[in-house]
Amino acid sequence: MADDHHGPTVRIYLAVFASLMFLTALTVWVAFQDLGMFNDVVALGIACTKATIVILFFMHVKYASRLTWLLAGAGILFLLILFAFAMADYVSRGWLGMPASHYLQ
Amino acid sequence: MAITEQDVQASEDAPSVNYLNNGYGLKSWLLTRDHKRIAVLYIISISIFFALGGLFASLVRFELMTPEGDLMSSDTYNKVFSMHGIIMVFFFLVPSIPATIGNFLVPIMVGAKDLAFPRVNLLSWYVYVVAGILGTIAVVGGGVDTGWTFYTPYSSTYSNSNVILAAMAAFMAGFSSILTGLNFVVTIHTMRAPGMTWFRLPLFVWSHYATSLIMLLGTPVIAITLVLLMLERGFGFGFFDPNLGGDPVLFQHLFWFYSHPAVYIMILPSMGVMSEMVAAVARKRVFGYEFVAFSSVAIAILGFLVWGHHMFVSSQSTYAGMVFSIITFLVAVPSAIKVFNWTATLYKGSIIYDTQMFYVYGYLGLFLVGGLTGLFLSSMGLDIHLHDTYFVVAHFHYIMVGGQVMGYMGGMHFWWPKITGKMYPDIWGRVSALLVFLGFNLTFFPQFILGYMGMPRRYHVYPDEFQVLNVASSLGASILALGYVIPGAYLTWSIFKGPKAPDNPWGAKGLEWETTSPPPTFNFEETPLVTEEAYQYGPIEEH
Ligand SMILES: [Cu+2]
Repeated sequence: MADDHHGPTVRIYLAVFASLMFLTALTVWVAFQDLGMFNDVVALGIACTKATIVILFFMHVKYASRLTWLLAGAGILFLLILFAFAMADYVSRGWLGMPASHYLQ
Repeated sequence: MAITEQDVQASEDAPSVNYLNNGYGLKSWLLTRDHKRIAVLYIISISIFFALGGLFASLVRFELMTPEGDLMSSDTYNKVFSMHGIIMVFFFLVPSIPATIGNFLVPIMVGAKDLAFPRVNLLSWYVYVVAGILGTIAVVGGGVDTGWTFYTPYSSTYSNSNVILAAMAAFMAGFSSILTGLNFVVTIHTMRAPGMTWFRLPLFVWSHYATSLIMLLGTPVIAITLVLLMLERGFGFGFFDPNLGGDPVLFQHLFWFYSHPAVYIMILPSMGVMSEMVAAVARKRVFGYEFVAFSSVAIAILGFLVWGHHMFVSSQSTYAGMVFSIITFLVAVPSAIKVFNWTATLYKGSIIYDTQMFYVYGYLGLFLVGGLTGLFLSSMGLDIHLHDTYFVVAHFHYIMVGGQVMGYMGGMHFWWPKITGKMYPDIWGRVSALLVFLGFNLTFFPQFILGYMGMPRRYHVYPDEFQVLNVASSLGASILALGYVIPGAYLTWSIFKGPKAPDNPWGAKGLEWETTSPPPTFNFEETPLVTEEAYQYGPIEEH
């Protein structure tokens, strides 16, 4: 539990703020570039980077106990479960030779 | 803080200052940080919403007495059943046990003075109240007609009712439960009394721990989903509208990712209540303690992997449907472990036939039917036939009312002497528990048959041949209502006129029974030292 004795300093906060602003500007700039199939990948990549920075520094997870890391990690794991099982539906439509909606026709 | 020297010297069996008489002003309640007072505030507020939701339920049952839509228009009927669902799910069922009995007992059961974050606990109640006010404004100001599920594209594009306001209310109620869950997790991890190891925790605490994990991991998803819905409806974002590249089925994925686990937010705490009551009425240690404890955690985790069973006919892929169906069958295993282990606990127990016992038996029977009919619905082929019929309505009411509300009512009776320091007339407790059981079955069993015969849910006009069963159901609902009104009356009576409760009226085990009734503000005169496992019921001479 000895985790509060070195929290982020004002310098770090300012650096984090600056990088968030930079990444926001980058998002706007990238939105006007056509990267083909990488449009979404790049946009989501930047967004995830920003979220990670916020979680680590603004939300103090970097300086927190292992239990906090575990709980934050669990949150991300369950987010991945959400994506994985929802994608399991989208990817597999039409597999098994029958669209699910065939019952409704 | 307010305890004076004199009070400390008061006689040991009845300290004069307890959490109830320690300050009487409105301010001492509305600004309290005492988890027990916050629990009482929650009991009062969820009772109001339970009554309101019950009122909408009785309007539904009145309308369905006849095959014609004669009491209200179709639009009004849509709003009435939607508001019944929204109020009951978000404002009664989800907070019911954790925020009331759980709030009161979790700190006491682990031997702590309060929850880890008392101010956050009070904040959760205020967030709940603001959410409740928003919800009430949505109801009074014209209502909502989407059903409690807020399915797109109806909710996002077509409905003309107060969707945004109602979604906002549900969104805020979610934050209230996140705060409660956070408080429980931290308290259970860090504030256990000396000697209170994880495997000495009462199963009530285990089930609240599992519930809290679901609240923390699942509720943010419904919150964001409702935000997406509000953005789509208010500003025309295209998350769910195919014309803008969205997908309405995506809403169902996001919604049920929370809302299936939410079923376990509702049922797990009442399973915790059951474990305590079964041990107390059978005067035995709960059979297979570790299995019951871990089955709570297993339910919490598996519960996140089954949401697609609500979507078998939604154009979800057959492959995904099969995966969700199989995992849904698996969830039955930890649920069955609990039911079998409670039954095994009763075996050769010295059973006391008091009010709690009636609720224990009622719960076992109703939850069994609710759970097993869930297996019907998780079979993909059968679900095609039963989807969106009254079979589904009957199934989830057997879980929600037959399971959760039975647990809530039973728990309120079990711990009422502890919470209020007063006894209620046991005979009336038994009579009303019996009325609840009979009324409930008469209300909802006919709905299984109606659903199987093909009566769809959410319609108020139906073919003549369904009338007999619908009248039976409405008749049952009035008996059920009586079963809730009577306890409301005698429990209120007992606060003013009931005999004073001893510290441990049932001769039950657990830290909450070792402190006074009602407990002092900081729960214990001195921090308890735990030296034995939970439920160490001795031989019979104790009672
Ligand atoms: Cu479900």
